[in-house]
Amino acid sequence: MSVISDVLALPNDSRKKTYIVAFVLCLICSIAVSTAAVMLKPVQDKNKQFDKQRNIVAIAGLAQNGVSVSEAFKQVEAKVVDLQTGDYVEGIDPKTFDARAAAVDPKQNVVLTKEQDIASIKRRAKYATVYLIKDQQGKLQKVILPISGYGLWSTLHGFLALQGDANTVVGLGFYEHAETPGLGGEVDNPNWKVQWVGKKIFDEQGNIALRVTKSPVADSDPRAVYEIDALSGATLTSNGVNNAVHFWLGADGFGPYLQKIRQGGGA
Amino acid sequence: MNTETRKVLLGPLFDNNPITLQILGICSALAVTSSMNTALLMSLSLTLVTAFSNMFISTVRNHTPSSIRIIVQMTIIASLVIVVDQLLRAYAFDTSKRLSVFVGLIITNCIVMGRAEAFAMQNPPGISFLDGIGNGLGYSLILMSVAFVRELLGAGSLFGVQIIPLLKDGGWYVPNGLLLLPPSAFFLIGILIWVVRTKKPEQLEVAEFKIHEPAKGEYH
Repeated sequence: MSVISDVLALPNDSRKKTYIVAFVLCLICSIAVSTAAVMLKPVQDKNKQFDKQRNIVAIAGLAQNGVSVSEAFKQVEAKVVDLQTGDYVEGIDPKTFDARAAAVDPKQNVVLTKEQDIASIKRRAKYATVYLIKDQQGKLQKVILPISGYGLWSTLHGFLALQGDANTVVGLGFYEHAETPGLGGEVDNPNWKVQWVGKKIFDEQGNIALRVTKSPVADSDPRAVYEIDALSGATLTSNGVNNAVHFWLGADGFGPYLQKIRQGGGA
Repeated sequence: MNTETRKVLLGPLFDNNPITLQILGICSALAVTSSMNTALLMSLSLTLVTAFSNMFISTVRNHTPSSIRIIVQMTIIASLVIVVDQLLRAYAFDTSKRLSVFVGLIITNCIVMGRAEAFAMQNPPGISFLDGIGNGLGYSLILMSVAFVRELLGAGSLFGVQIIPLLKDGGWYVPNGLLLLPPSAFFLIGILIWVVRTKKPEQLEVAEFKIHEPAKGEYH
């Protein structure tokens, strides 16, 4: 105790006291901050999980009034896909598989070359969790793919939902990003997202024709079905979304998997 | 409640309002007032941060070396803001998502720093705490009034509950999109300052200098 009163008795502007006050203050503050962060982590993770489910439900068009998200999410079946072969991986539990953690684990990821990496994500996991919605006969109706890509400030993480034909878009949405509110943040605007509904991905030659562009063709043009009007004032975010969609639908993303769906129902 | 406590707690509501008189904290007042929900959460967070930072800073005020005074204040404020941000992420996830960066920016909110420097460094913890609450309430009052007008006229709703039926849902009201954009908050705060200063002329500032009236023929 005498140590504390000795320190308190020092003149405020002595160098010794300055150091001690700074150190003790930092110690107390860091304990407070880390305690809060650690104690609240489980609740926050639960929120994130729920938010992800709600996004999947909303993007897949399963949201209905009076039906809770967890109820609606029961129709959704999660599966893990090997991106290289496009086959389902049975040994991994989709509930515990975390593609974002796997993407930074050297044992479970693939480092992308500059040419491959159009979405600027540097590396991706070997596997990815996809979400399937089937009708009563077990026929694939919708498939929801996780996508990510770098915008202006942040990596956008979201989902792209496709019809069972693996060619028609059901919806697109991002559940996590840090783009500028009001500009790039408008990727969350329902009026912008609604444009994606019903768009086609592949042209007759099987190339990816879907794109986000500043000057989309008129609605009467046959190419209008492939074109999304970019966000005004947010060129880099729009490009990021375009690149993310192109990467994940392409050969280094879900290309092989989508090929399998088109050939054999994918179920 | 004695007169001094009352003055500290209720003074900042009208007589010494941090936004309309001191013109502090305008940035967040523009950004988070497009709906009542976000404004309420922001008000609560700021009030709590101001009150507790005032209290802690006042507690250590007699042992704060003046050379690191501002850093000590910032450290305490920043820690409190992080704790509040973590709490919001845990218990008000949706609204905290919409508040995005603005919770973190409470750290740089001039009201918190201003009260710490102007009040908490000279007064004991109890009254400093009340001063924080009072200034937080003054900020909240303006935020909530602005958000009330913006959400009601901009989206036809209050706290997300539809009050005026919108034309697109079969009602009669065409919402005014301007009110959802940040500039509208500027106009509203401007009008509020005008009203308050008309009612309370003692808040009018004395002009620091007169604009020079050129005499005839002075222009060349």
